[in-house]
Amino acid sequence: MGEVIVITSGKGGVGKTTTTANLGTGLALYGNKKVVLVDADIGLRNLDVVMGLENRIVYDLVDVANGMCRLKQALIKDKRFENLYLMPAAQTKDKTAVTPEQMKKLCEDLKQEFDYVLVDSPAGIEQGFKNAVAGADKAIIVTTPEVSAVRDADRIVGLLEASGFEEPKLVINRLRPDMVRRGDMMDIDDMIDILAIELLGVVPEDEKIVISTNRGEPAVADESSKAGKAYRNMVSRLLGQDVPLMTMENVEPSFFDKLRMFFGLKART
Amino acid sequence: MDFLKIFGRESVASKDIAKERLRLILVHDRANVSPKFLEMIKSQLIDMISNYMEIDEDGLELKMTRIDKDKNVTVPALVANIPIKKVKHLSRI
Repeated sequence: MGEVIVITSGKGGVGKTTTTANLGTGLALYGNKKVVLVDADIGLRNLDVVMGLENRIVYDLVDVANGMCRLKQALIKDKRFENLYLMPAAQTKDKTAVTPEQMKKLCEDLKQEFDYVLVDSPAGIEQGFKNAVAGADKAIIVTTPEVSAVRDADRIVGLLEASGFEEPKLVINRLRPDMVRRGDMMDIDDMIDILAIELLGVVPEDEKIVISTNRGEPAVADESSKAGKAYRNMVSRLLGQDVPLMTMENVEPSFFDKLRMFFGLKART
Repeated sequence: MDFLKIFGRESVASKDIAKERLRLILVHDRANVSPKFLEMIKSQLIDMISNYMEIDEDGLELKMTRIDKDKNVTVPALVANIPIKKVKHLSRI
C-alpha cells in the first residue's frame, strides 16, 4: 500500500509543478519506487509539459473519475525512467468536473498499484485545492522567500491542520543565497520561525530549471544542477535518510567572499 | 542604528521589513480579524467608554499585535490607545 502526498502552496507560480515533477522523478530514479504523478490542476494542466509527456495524452483524470476509461488507460508511462507514470489532468473541463469523493477513490485505487502517489495541486484554496487534498495522506507546502507566498503558505498550513493533516512539510523554493547574504531576502530560519513547520528542503534559484523545463526533462536527473541536487536531497529525506541541508555552502559567504567584501569588491554570487 | 547611518548604510535590511510586515499580516490572518471586525469593536468601545469619559474618537487607535508572554512565546493581543478628553461624573468616581 502506497502513500499519497499532495504538493500545494496557495499562491500560484511558486513551483508546485516543478517540485512534483522533480520529487516524483527522483523517487523513481534514485529510490527505485513505483511512482505516479497526478495533475489535479484541471483546466490548466502543466505537469505533462514539465515532464515532456504532453504528446502522449489520450485519456485523463476526468475520464477515469467519470468512468469513461479504465485507470490504466489514462496512465502514461515515462519511457526514460523506470517505474514513473503520469495521470494527466483534463484541459477542456474545469475544477468542478470531479468531486473530492471521486479524487479520494482515485487516490485509493492508485495507492494499490504505486509506492508513491504525488498530487500536484492547483493554486488557490477553492474546489481544486479541496479535490487535490481529498485523498492525500501527507502534504508538502511549497513557498518562495516572499511576503505574499509565505502568507499564503501560512493559510494553507491552517487549512491542512484543520482538515486533520499532521505535520505538513515545507519546501522553500527559489532562494537566492546572494540576496540572503546582503540581507535583502528572508532566510530559511526566518520562514521556519514564522510558519512553524518542518522543513523538507531548500531549492536555490537555478537557471538550469528553466532549461530543463524547456526540454521537458526534470532537473533532478541533472548531476550538474544545484536545484537538482536540492531535489535529490529531498528525495533522500522522503525515503527516511538524514541528509544535512546544503545551506552552508550557498548562504554563508565563503572565506574568499569575505576577503572580497573586505576589499570592497562585489561578493561572488 | 545611528552608528550604521554614519557609514551610509541603510539601518534596516529589506528582509527585516519583509519579516515584520509578514508577522503583522499573519497576526490578522491567523486571528481571522478583518478591518471591518475591528471597526465594529471600536465603535462599541467608544459607545461604552463614552458613558464614563469624553474621549478623542479620531485619536482612538485599535490594533492587533503580538506581545511576549514568556520567553520565546508570543501571543496575539488587541491593543487600544484611547486618548481621554474629560472624565465625566467625577463625583461618582
